[in-house]
Amino acid sequence: MGSHGIADRVAIVGMGCTRFGEHWDKGIDDLIVAASNETFASAGVTKQDVDAYWFGTAQSAMSGIALARPLGLVDKPVTRVENYCATGSEALRQAAYAVASGAYDMAMAVGAEKVKDGGYSGLNAFPIPGDGTARSVTAAAMFSMVAPAYAKKYGVPLADMKTALARVASKNHHNGKLNPRAQFRKDYSVEQLCAMPTVAGSLSVFDCAGVADGAAAAIVVRAEDAHRYTDKPLLIKALSLVAGNGSGLGDPNYDYTTFPEVAAAAADAYAQAGIAVPRAELAMAEVHDCFTPTEIVLTEDLGLADRGTAWKEVLSGTFDLDGEIPVNPDGGLKAFGHPVGASGLRMMFEAWLQLRGEAPQERRISTYGKRSLALTHNLGGYPGEMVSFVSVVGLG
Amino acid sequence: MPRSAGLPSAARIKYSIFHAKHVDWLVRGVTGWGVHLPYPRLDRSAIRDVAGAGGGKGTRTVASYDEDTTTMGAEAARGALLVQAARVPAAGRDSRPGSLWFATTEPAYADRTNATVLHAVLRLDRSVPAYDLTGSVRSAMAAVRAAWQAPGASLAVTADTRTGLPGSGDEAAGGDAAAALLFGDGNDVLAEILAWESVTEEFVDRWRAPGAVASKLWEERFGENRYTELGAEAIKLALGAAGIDASGIDRLVVAGLHERAVAGVQRASGVPAERIADRLTAVVGNPGAAQPALLLAASLEAAAPGETILLVTLSDGADAVLLRTTGALASYRPARPVAVQVARGGPVSYGRYLHWRGLLPVEPPRRPEPARVSSSAASRNTGWKYGFEAGLGDDGAVHLPPGPADDSRRSAADEVGTIVTFTIDRLSYSLSPPLVFAIVDFDGGGRLPLELTDVAPADVVIGGRVEMTFRRLATSDGIHNYFWKGRPVRDARAADKNTASKSAASKAATEAGESAPDSPPEK
Repeated sequence: MGSHGIADRVAIVGMGCTRFGEHWDKGIDDLIVAASNETFASAGVTKQDVDAYWFGTAQSAMSGIALARPLGLVDKPVTRVENYCATGSEALRQAAYAVASGAYDMAMAVGAEKVKDGGYSGLNAFPIPGDGTARSVTAAAMFSMVAPAYAKKYGVPLADMKTALARVASKNHHNGKLNPRAQFRKDYSVEQLCAMPTVAGSLSVFDCAGVADGAAAAIVVRAEDAHRYTDKPLLIKALSLVAGNGSGLGDPNYDYTTFPEVAAAAADAYAQAGIAVPRAELAMAEVHDCFTPTEIVLTEDLGLADRGTAWKEVLSGTFDLDGEIPVNPDGGLKAFGHPVGASGLRMMFEAWLQLRGEAPQERRISTYGKRSLALTHNLGGYPGEMVSFVSVVGLG
Repeated sequence: MPRSAGLPSAARIKYSIFHAKHVDWLVRGVTGWGVHLPYPRLDRSAIRDVAGAGGGKGTRTVASYDEDTTTMGAEAARGALLVQAARVPAAGRDSRPGSLWFATTEPAYADRTNATVLHAVLRLDRSVPAYDLTGSVRSAMAAVRAAWQAPGASLAVTADTRTGLPGSGDEAAGGDAAAALLFGDGNDVLAEILAWESVTEEFVDRWRAPGAVASKLWEERFGENRYTELGAEAIKLALGAAGIDASGIDRLVVAGLHERAVAGVQRASGVPAERIADRLTAVVGNPGAAQPALLLAASLEAAAPGETILLVTLSDGADAVLLRTTGALASYRPARPVAVQVARGGPVSYGRYLHWRGLLPVEPPRRPEPARVSSSAASRNTGWKYGFEAGLGDDGAVHLPPGPADDSRRSAADEVGTIVTFTIDRLSYSLSPPLVFAIVDFDGGGRLPLELTDVAPADVVIGGRVEMTFRRLATSDGIHNYFWKGRPVRDARAADKNTASKSAASKAATEAGESAPDSPPEK
């Protein structure tokens, strides 16, 4: 028994990503086709060249038919996957393992979500019949409890905590401003953000990820075949997933200042990739900034900052585009919004652009050319009950 | 245990004399009570500005947006059984009710029984029957009488929500409440029933079509005339049955929706004014079907052993119940005394009251409505959903809800917990936003994230103490979703644990949770 990973055995050789936003004029099929065609072109292949497909969508469609139909696939295996907000990453994970197993030469992961047809703002899970005792509280409210708990544990003055949270949003909005695929392309100052009215605990709407439609996709092949398709394949170094058992919600020792599922997934991923000091070795990280306090805790759980220090690192600019290790250089969920099935692949798309030097100069990460590993991370669920995905990819 | 089973009083007295040495088990009467007064209070003076009429002085109780007659009845019943369990620690089944009778004019459901919800909340044995008596105000006396006449320990629960059209007398005079009376035999008895006399007469004074919001009334003088006469007649019969006269009455309690008739019966009773019980109208209002048991409970809480209490109810006739308190009353401590609950309330605005009552439609939350509860899923999980059962894991951890492998289960409904952290959610679907949500650690072990009620957001603090209350979370497709919420402990148990932590840290967290500009009117 053991988690061995598939380091350096599978490579991403093509990627595509739509602009994220309120696509009133596009349905799920349009988004799928746009991201897929960009990806086929990126790898220089056709849909017939791809041997198997994995389609990630949380609640915009069901079954592999939802991908096979718009792409016009003939006699292809297509699997729809869902794993909360890690859905897009999960599709990639399955596709990569399928290639690593030798079952297929080429596989594709497509993630898409059409959120804005629901008629309500925010993400709304479709109801599963139950006994009516499940929590009715929003994710925003659940994650809002992280901020005061963190501030209390580490003695952070509440004003400083609020500033640090605003600084996370300000950073990600700034990165998004520079990114044509982002939904929100505008700067917000810390002062502006601190003045916003609250909606959940001390969080304002601007502490929450936006909602958007979007799609992204990736094609993977065996590493030894990768150079047939691109000079700069992105080698998969680690893919890790942890599904929590929900015990944190009922555990009197859980203190809302860490996400154990994330720490466990990170430890597994770093072992697979052979990373000892992530902050020194990673060029960038795309993390699941669903809410601003989430990003602060995540950077600690992922080993990018010591416990109790991430809020200071945020304030000092460590995670800025030009900082020591850029976090969410594309603008994150904050500036992109969160089409659940697409977000994990959107993060990977940023790693694809940045590590390969394809991000334009004005938004290029400070570590470009010096380091060649990137991390992507998703979580889905709540503090105390979540799934967490961590990947590491790299050039060469 | 031998059972006296509601023998007619005269026969029973005779029988008691014959078996003088064994009189204790022939005594049957009230062995406990529990009362629930909703926390929200409507200031009657707020009515007239909006409705153009009505209102008055004082307040009335208002069932909160998450309460109905079933939840209020459950709370009252819990109080009665909690005390009973404490009184007879090792008594086991005998002191637990062998039958349950639930009465209300405003049942949450028609066709199906509402008492089964109470049955599940109280975790009564499946062999214990639970029956509804719904529709008329008088059905409350039917429930009490049934519990009195049933064998062994039996529980009568009465609950009512009183609504009138805006500006009406019923709106201002009404109140919402629940009261439960536990009956039993022998040494447990706190107040023996000496006589119960009833007169019945058909006349239309007050009526309401099923489903209508408000009652209609005939000319007031007509009802006054009939009820004053009926009350006097019932009193005469009861006193005659017991062989006493009005001077032997220590407390006269008159319940009924016709206020002028109540006053007339009181005057004509011959009982001195100082012995006539306060009817709690200044703060509570008149809670209809819950009024007889509520006022009796209040009188019992004020009474000393050996007192004679006459309860008269005026509804489609009259019932007169004569009780005598026993020595056991001296040591009886109600779970949540009436006087304490009368004093403990917070304001609700008239607008929000109208909204809660369905009389003022307001813009609904722009969120999907809650899904309909799955009946089959709920029926598999009644221990958790209604009984608030905790499970004990193999590792010694307490699980809320119980895990599938937890064989050891107990109810945590009467436990107190401490707020670890909390948040105010303005985004979630709620009939009365914002939603107050807290992580609570229970004294008996286990943690549960849960919704709080009867609290203003600004008053929630880390370290605050919370008790459980049974509520209606929502209604979808006509199915009520009942479950538990937390509410602040407002009595001595608040200080049991972690008092020291109510310090700078909690104050800081309160500020982090921010003070709400549009917090609910409850305070």
